[in-house]
Amino acid sequence: MKQVLHIFKKEFYAYFLSPIAYIVISIFLVVTGWFFFSTFFIYDLASMRNFFAMMPIIFSFVAPAVTMRLFSEEFNVGSYELLLTMPVTIRQVVLGKFLAGTFFMAMMLLPTLSYPLTISLLGELDWGPVVGGYIGAFLLAGSYCAVGLFASSLTRNQIIAFIIGMAICFGLTMLNKMLFFMPETLLGLFSYLGADTHFANISKGIIDTRDLLYFVSVIFVGLYATHLAVKERC
Amino acid sequence: MIHVENLTKYYRDFCAVDNFNLDVHKGEILGMLGPNGAGKTTFLRMLTGFLKPTEGTIQVKDLSVASDALGVKKLMGYLPESAPLYKDMLAYDYLKYVAGIRGISEDKIPSRIRYLSDLCGLNNMMHKPIGELSKGYKQRVGLAHAMMDDPEILVLDEPTSGLDPNQIVEIRDIIRQIGKEKTVILSTHILSEAEATCDRVVIIHKGKIAADDRTENLKVAGGQENHLRLSILNADPEAVRKLLGSVEGVKQVDRVDDAENVLSIKLSYESGADVRGSVYLAIKNTDWILTELSMEKQTLESIFRQITLES
Repeated sequence: MKQVLHIFKKEFYAYFLSPIAYIVISIFLVVTGWFFFSTFFIYDLASMRNFFAMMPIIFSFVAPAVTMRLFSEEFNVGSYELLLTMPVTIRQVVLGKFLAGTFFMAMMLLPTLSYPLTISLLGELDWGPVVGGYIGAFLLAGSYCAVGLFASSLTRNQIIAFIIGMAICFGLTMLNKMLFFMPETLLGLFSYLGADTHFANISKGIIDTRDLLYFVSVIFVGLYATHLAVKERC
Repeated sequence: MIHVENLTKYYRDFCAVDNFNLDVHKGEILGMLGPNGAGKTTFLRMLTGFLKPTEGTIQVKDLSVASDALGVKKLMGYLPESAPLYKDMLAYDYLKYVAGIRGISEDKIPSRIRYLSDLCGLNNMMHKPIGELSKGYKQRVGLAHAMMDDPEILVLDEPTSGLDPNQIVEIRDIIRQIGKEKTVILSTHILSEAEATCDRVVIIHKGKIAADDRTENLKVAGGQENHLRLSILNADPEAVRKLLGSVEGVKQVDRVDDAENVLSIKLSYESGADVRGSVYLAIKNTDWILTELSMEKQTLESIFRQITLES
């Protein structure tokens, strides 16, 4: 556990050593802020619903960008040879890197807490969906980070890692919107696999174990696949 | 200390390491010597648990690398070839991170890093990002990384590559110092390095162990013929050839080059016989002036070339 913490700390600080962190955070804040507030006053509703509704799409671009370097760079520079010959297991490495990515995304969400605060001054804000929305966004960030981490463990090229990660995350996001193309027998399965509805449920303030289970399983599958991919290299 | 048995590694159908059997004892400095692509790095990577062998076992103390990788990693410090380190991190931050992972207690970390930075001559570089350091300093950071928690076994893959001559001497001194108490395994393709630092040399060729012996034994075994070099002033070549050829034990007298007045001679004689005394006595009786008399030692270089070109 201590090793996980050391790796987490190192990876988390590493984001702020390179300009990636600042670029990703500013782009995220500008894009979400603009899309949200450009229509906010037209709807004239004191609600964060539109803000959370775009999280799955935005995260499917941001999460792979955040995670793309975690393994790819190690493979490219060769530093994973040093890392894996220190007394750590692959599992600890994967977990430490995953947590660093997820908490970085949480950091990115932190400034947006000012939105509900200002909205609550303008009108009567229902805090339930806001709290649910942030919990959901955190879980969603975790799931997409796990997917992005897996993509990063496949290749030494960060750009390829980003594109693979984005493709999978985007697929998970869009699955629910593509349901009318699917044969009827598979509808149930595909609507469960899509991330969008699970996230929508939580962000309405309904915390259902089925939705929690979905995110936890995506995280688990992503991390396990990463573990296998890294192990395969040695 | 380390016991390697039937170790084999295939990359697809290329055999990089072929049936290694090796025992390394405590306190030994073992040099792995071989041309590029001989399988040195592959062997070291398997030893450190980074690569899985296709076949065979490695036992370190009483731990098996395959089943108890974590325990073995704790005993070993490893410096991979060309020290691949995180470029964005400061040297100090990196060493601190390594110390944390290696389980050095929080209050001992600063003194340990100070000690290593003194030892490796890193004091002025600690606040610089590793990516900005020159190759030699990067190598030193890597060395400090490997020695962080004072491991019992130090595995160094080409530790002096890319260093300037002064640094090479310094690093060799460090290695020899460590080698007094620890077991050191280093790979190199620089022969003089193996000769200067190692107690024992293993020569690898095309994935096979071609020779494995103590450095001085290897040198003796390699030379079937010994040579003596002489420089003589004021002498007639024919007379010299005649006189020295008649000394007992001398097999051949060759003239090496033609400098003015100075006659350079290479004497070949049977190994085991020491002809220096009788050669000197023979010359003493003449009016020649002997300016140089030296024994030419068989270097590892010639042995290495013999072994790696033969097969």
